[in-house]
Amino acid sequence: MLNIIWFVLWGVLWAVYFMLDGFDLGAGTLMPFLAKNDKEKRVIYNAMGPLWDGNEVWLITAGGATFAAFPTTYAVMFNGLYSALLLLLFALIVRGVSFEFRGKVESEGWKKIWDFCLFIGSFLPALLLGVAFANIFRGLPIDENGIFHGGFFTLLNPYGLLGGILFVLMFLVHGAIWIAIKSEGDLRNRALSVANKIWYLELIFAVIFLVVSAFATDLWENYGKYPLLWIIPLLAVAGLILIKIFLLKEKDWKAWFSSSLFIVMATFWGVAGLFPRMIPSTINPEYSLTIYNSSSSPLTLKVMFIVALIFVPIVIGYQIWVYNLFKGKITDKELSYEEAY
Amino acid sequence: MDVVFLSRLQFAVATIFHFFFVPLTLGLSVLTAIFETMYVKTGDEDYKRAAKFWGKLFLINFALGIVTGITLEFQFGTNWAQYSKYVGDVFGSLLAIEATVAFFLESTFIGVWIFTWDKISKKLHAICIWLVAIASNISALWILLANGWMQHPVGYVIRNGRAELASFWDVVTNSFGWMIFIHTLSGAYILAGIFVLGISAYHLLKKNEVTFFKKCFKVAAVWLIIFSLFEGINGHFHAQEVMKYQPTKGAALEAVWETGDHVPLYLFVIPDSKNEKNSVEIGKIPSLTSILAGHSPSTVVKGLKDFPRDERPPVGITMWSFRLMAGLGILFILLGIIAVLKKENIENYPGLLKIFLYAIPLPYIANELGWIVAEVGRQPWIVYGLMKTKDAVSHLVTSQVIISLLAFIIIYSLLGAVDFYLLVKYAKKGPESLK
Repeated sequence: MLNIIWFVLWGVLWAVYFMLDGFDLGAGTLMPFLAKNDKEKRVIYNAMGPLWDGNEVWLITAGGATFAAFPTTYAVMFNGLYSALLLLLFALIVRGVSFEFRGKVESEGWKKIWDFCLFIGSFLPALLLGVAFANIFRGLPIDENGIFHGGFFTLLNPYGLLGGILFVLMFLVHGAIWIAIKSEGDLRNRALSVANKIWYLELIFAVIFLVVSAFATDLWENYGKYPLLWIIPLLAVAGLILIKIFLLKEKDWKAWFSSSLFIVMATFWGVAGLFPRMIPSTINPEYSLTIYNSSSSPLTLKVMFIVALIFVPIVIGYQIWVYNLFKGKITDKELSYEEAY
Repeated sequence: MDVVFLSRLQFAVATIFHFFFVPLTLGLSVLTAIFETMYVKTGDEDYKRAAKFWGKLFLINFALGIVTGITLEFQFGTNWAQYSKYVGDVFGSLLAIEATVAFFLESTFIGVWIFTWDKISKKLHAICIWLVAIASNISALWILLANGWMQHPVGYVIRNGRAELASFWDVVTNSFGWMIFIHTLSGAYILAGIFVLGISAYHLLKKNEVTFFKKCFKVAAVWLIIFSLFEGINGHFHAQEVMKYQPTKGAALEAVWETGDHVPLYLFVIPDSKNEKNSVEIGKIPSLTSILAGHSPSTVVKGLKDFPRDERPPVGITMWSFRLMAGLGILFILLGIIAVLKKENIENYPGLLKIFLYAIPLPYIANELGWIVAEVGRQPWIVYGLMKTKDAVSHLVTSQVIISLLAFIIIYSLLGAVDFYLLVKYAKKGPESLK
């Protein structure tokens, strides 16, 4: 039972990470294309300013929870995906510092460097996380000892790339809506128009991904076994359609919540399809890592469950307070503060 | 060069670099919180300017501390997968708790603190920086309990071919972990104290904002004397614990080869591991090593010869890092005494001000040396007495690790240079002038 609870929690941590940092990664990728001048760039930086760091911790916690609850999965995943994960790490490093560094020197060239770092540090993680998760859905070539028989390019198969593109598109729409929420006038209109256009691509690639998954993976099998699970893809479809409806009505916040629903349900869709496996093996299904053969001892799972039960609600509580504090638009007055990015 | 060596090198690069930023984060967050609290209590605008000025330097430093910390979590899986599999049941949970309990709090409220000087009440704003300070210190506790477990594993049982948790209580009350925590934290506070003293001294030398920087100097002077003295005391007891629980590291600290009582301390030693002796021993102080180890000349100190060759750490590095660190620790106490005695009219002593300015790098060196003693001295074990470093490594090919190591060195050097440049730039600029 504890193994199942931790598997669900594992899925929730990743889903919340994608939902929250997803808009940062999308907004950072869009920034060079959407902002026409330095002021608009600063609006985008400050739209993420107070929030991105707290969002990124969901990734660290998802990683930490994998380590604590499923150490063998953690070891096999990080060892096998060595190059991809270190690339992700470097990207996140240059993204993180660009916020703090950009405004610290008055020079065009200096700002360009950090604008590029924000872009590449946002785009690459979006792509790599998509590629990594699609590959996990598809299964990795791991043997009975968990040793990965492949390299970085093993991951760049068509299905993996499809997952990468879908993640980038999901985050672009999510980020464009966030920019619209936090900006006014011309920038907001452009952000909304970009979200509206990219939404069509998001829809097309979501459909392609779901169909190809039926051939490239066995994720759909669980949906045959447990019909109740169909609620997940149905909610995902609802979220995706609602994004468009609210975008057309220019209801920014509702569109953002719809996009959040879509991202969370899309993640759940894959995670539910994996159950009870965490990393399927493409060499032999017997070698797959599951929530049973890769988990921690019952005592550790219990201790960690108590910790999560106490602290995760507290974290959610103060993060909601903080989002509420920063829900307003970025005004000229806010940009004039010396602390602003 | 094999994968073990390269992975160790990569981990060393990643941790040493990370630890250039951590101590200042731990100490300066508390000092900034103290300055802001003094502003809330007294209404003195200088303390608000102090909180903003030191807070800005804190943030420039914090940016790199945060992003380089993620590296460490990744490394356990990428380069030390066998380790992660074998001890993840105990070790992984401590990291996960660190993230859940501390990282969220720290990373969420730092954003609030930066952006809400005019948005929320003064008190609430001060509470935000206290939350950041407390959270970063709590994160230090969890990661050091994790390290403490690697140094002195407790509360586990070998089952299913791995180390499994037997008592969570034993793991979180591991005295070794708490000692490392206290010792590391005081070291970090010393660093932050000397940082504030040194930068204040720079401005006092230039007669810039004299009243403002004297206020900062006074707070940091009292702070430094407290923590440098405390560091000396807790360091002594920490070393005694090392002697007790990690006898190979303990013997290496003073390059002791033969077991015995009345073991002397030599002021200058060159150890010769090959021939199991010291090739040079100068300045003998009779029985001092025994006295330090157990408060009595008859205390028996185990020598390295009592242990198989393949269970001994590199003696030279361990011993010299330890000596330099301890020597610097004594110097910091002297600096603390001078700072406290002269703090009322320190601006009249340009010679002393220069000493404080040039002392800034010293606690950085001392902090890094401390970690070298702790980690190199634990070798060849990754978990003392339980798992060897060579058995802990991932299944990788050397080219993978060479490429990633080079990438780390290049990216970290560039970012480190930028961060140093910005710290110097904003430290020299001084606080915003009064409106």
